[in-house]
Amino acid sequence: MSLTSDSPVVQMRGITVEFPGVRALDGVDLALRPGEVHALMGENGAGKSTLIKALTGVYAIDAGEIRVAGEPHRFHSTAEAQAAGIATVYQEVNLCPNLSVAENVMLGHEVRRGPFIDWRATRRKAAEHLARLNLTIDPGSQLGSHSIAVQQLCSIARAMVVDAKVLILDEPTSSLDKAEVAELFAVVRQLRDAGVAILFVSHFLEQVYEISDRMTVLRNGRFVGEYLTSELPRIELISKMLGRASDELAAIEAGAQRVAHDDERGTPLLTAVRLGRAGSIEPVDLELYEGEIVGFAGLLGSGRTELARLLYGADKPDEGELTVFGEQVRSATPLASLRSGLAYSTEDRKKEGIIADLTVRENIALAIQANRGIWRRIPAKELDEVVERYVTALNIQPPNPNMLIKNLSGGNQQKVLLARWLATSPRLIVLDEPTRGIDIGAKAEIQRLVVELASQGMGVVFISSELEEVLRLSHRLVVLRDREKVGELVNGPEITSSTVLETIAASGGDAA
Amino acid sequence: MTGTVTSGRDRLTRVTRHHLFWPVVALVALWVACGVVSPGFLDVKVVDGHLFGQLVDITRNSVTFLLLALGMCLVIATGGIDLSVGAVMAIALSVALTYIDESGDGERTSVALTAIGLALAVAAVVGAFNGFLVAGLGIQPFIATMIILVAGRGIALAFTSGQITTTHSAPFKSIGSGYVLGIPTPVVIGAAVFTVVALVVRRTALGMLLESIGINRTASHMAGVRSRNITWLVYVIAGVLAGLAGLVYGAPTMAADANNIGQLMELNAIMAVVIGGTKLDGGKFSLAGTIVGALILTTLDRAVIIFHLPSESKDLFKAVVVIAICIAGSERLREMTGLRRVPRLPGSPADAKVEVAA
Repeated sequence: MSLTSDSPVVQMRGITVEFPGVRALDGVDLALRPGEVHALMGENGAGKSTLIKALTGVYAIDAGEIRVAGEPHRFHSTAEAQAAGIATVYQEVNLCPNLSVAENVMLGHEVRRGPFIDWRATRRKAAEHLARLNLTIDPGSQLGSHSIAVQQLCSIARAMVVDAKVLILDEPTSSLDKAEVAELFAVVRQLRDAGVAILFVSHFLEQVYEISDRMTVLRNGRFVGEYLTSELPRIELISKMLGRASDELAAIEAGAQRVAHDDERGTPLLTAVRLGRAGSIEPVDLELYEGEIVGFAGLLGSGRTELARLLYGADKPDEGELTVFGEQVRSATPLASLRSGLAYSTEDRKKEGIIADLTVRENIALAIQANRGIWRRIPAKELDEVVERYVTALNIQPPNPNMLIKNLSGGNQQKVLLARWLATSPRLIVLDEPTRGIDIGAKAEIQRLVVELASQGMGVVFISSELEEVLRLSHRLVVLRDREKVGELVNGPEITSSTVLETIAASGGDAA
Repeated sequence: MTGTVTSGRDRLTRVTRHHLFWPVVALVALWVACGVVSPGFLDVKVVDGHLFGQLVDITRNSVTFLLLALGMCLVIATGGIDLSVGAVMAIALSVALTYIDESGDGERTSVALTAIGLALAVAAVVGAFNGFLVAGLGIQPFIATMIILVAGRGIALAFTSGQITTTHSAPFKSIGSGYVLGIPTPVVIGAAVFTVVALVVRRTALGMLLESIGINRTASHMAGVRSRNITWLVYVIAGVLAGLAGLVYGAPTMAADANNIGQLMELNAIMAVVIGGTKLDGGKFSLAGTIVGALILTTLDRAVIIFHLPSESKDLFKAVVVIAICIAGSERLREMTGLRRVPRLPGSPADAKVEVAA
């Protein structure tokens, strides 16, 4: 197909970026045309942010060329990229929340009178820029007092002040609700029609299809292709991102078929009715049973983790009902959940999991000790037995409980955390990305453990970005997309990656 | 390298890398220096059945620092700070002396005991207020405890009606200047409190949970640790210990000078904790280190007199010693000088590193 409509304002060719030992980008092309919204697609680690950073001067490129308006450029700093007309709006708003809206929008471009700033004129100018984005807030008000959505529009206004020809939106919608997204998109379309080239990065497929005209797909740091959005069906996009043809995905799963769980499941361990939290996950109905592994399937940002956190009480739901082990939960907290027999292993091992400067032994002890409170310390002998049991059972390496956990490999840290949760003898455990970033061997051990736990009667929720893994382990799948539960599948021989992907892609009614 | 040499060096390395190594070296060096300049400094005599001597004095005077620093140490372990302890000293002493004064019967032991109980209760309330601001409302500890730092002396003055309350009570006075079995009462109090705190912290799970909160509050919360309650508790403990420090400090003079008692004590307490090898960013802490820290601070005060340093350069001298201890314990310095003999990758011997650095 021919994609040479009008000449691109940004043309990146053969971009290669290397970090010590890793080639983050390998000969990637990207062309941004004026008056177009271009989506950059790829899984986590595909190289999207590296490419953006190469374009905005954060990273130096090792090979390839960048042309802006036909002129070759080499950016050594973000300031140089900005001077060339490339502005970026990041996921986390990078403005100063304690300055006024006008100060933020006009920063560095204040209207001057001699050596002094003419604040009145500056505010008026800011108001004009904001008005072009249909934003009628007081430019004198503090930026931090506005919603994230408004702050994001302010950073777009700021990009307009510097007269950007190219606007990069990096995950701009991740913290916005539906109405705010619609507002943002209205502004994006307006800018597009004014001839700005827009690069849009998002995990939300729906939004990508709604706003973009063209897309570039990356995988493992390589260029997969450039496509017109209207000509690329969702299912094909997903298989291009994952790197397998959709029928090939199906073939792999043929080997991993399983018998569906029997139907006599008794009373559920956990029941959620219309459980939701605004801006995090739309209301969800869910039932979890004894001895059953339920996989949460969906792309990153689909609401898998958000749902898990609601169940555990790490976040507070603002609607719906949650019943755990037959008791209605009024205000869930991690401690209350643990005491009732529900454990949650976080996806963010570093930030929410390990206590880096404590030993393996102390890290394992933490949750049981928290359960007992300050005064009833676990007797050393009892703890020794617990630690010994799990270090052996989970094959934690090195098997030295007095080592600081930060000195263990990622996989072994993960096993220590599993030991922490299993030591509380949970009846239901939610495992969020338990195999992320760990080597194949440890991965298989953890998968085996999950199956074993379920066969002993524990309820397990298994969350993973790897669809194959979820399919291999789960009896039942809860499919999520764009922070909504879009379906539930009982796993069986007929269920394959493509069935799940189809459910992700086709749901919502307006599928391609 | 033969095995024995390595193990000998390893043992030496382990001793020199212990967080108490440099503080203890500094303390011993100070004492030896004082002993050289002033013969008899190190002598401890028994006079009238009581221990006497410079070291006994130093130990007695260090108890105020020690009590403050113990509470401060626990607060710092949670990643917080308590700037209010000096003001709490003044509040507690004002409460106690005002009560004794108004009872008109200070010589009765029961009155003195009630005064002490009352003072510690008020100190606990102030600590609870700090804890509420920090753990309940999520205000930054520095700001939250600054409220009492600023307003606390006003509260103390309100108890004493703006006067410097002086009164008489032999039983109360004895907690500052008395003796138990020949040992100064403050030292006995200090030792008893240290033992209780150390037992509570290390025999219950409090110590581990404090460290876990200080190292990673989010992860601790996710593991079910009641970080709020524990943080709160720690500020109450710090308050009570600061109150006790105020009583021990003020008892010998029996004068509740609300404006001056405990001035800058919060900084001394922080310094004692830091000298003792506890990092200000929370997590791992050392109670034994705070004893050494408190002793060093008191010894410095005495050393200034013994060395006949002019009073205007007294603070400078203290500062230089404290800086020296902190620098000696600095990880980065050790890395730069190659003193840190961690096992390196084969082929890059530590000696090569020394040459580069030199």
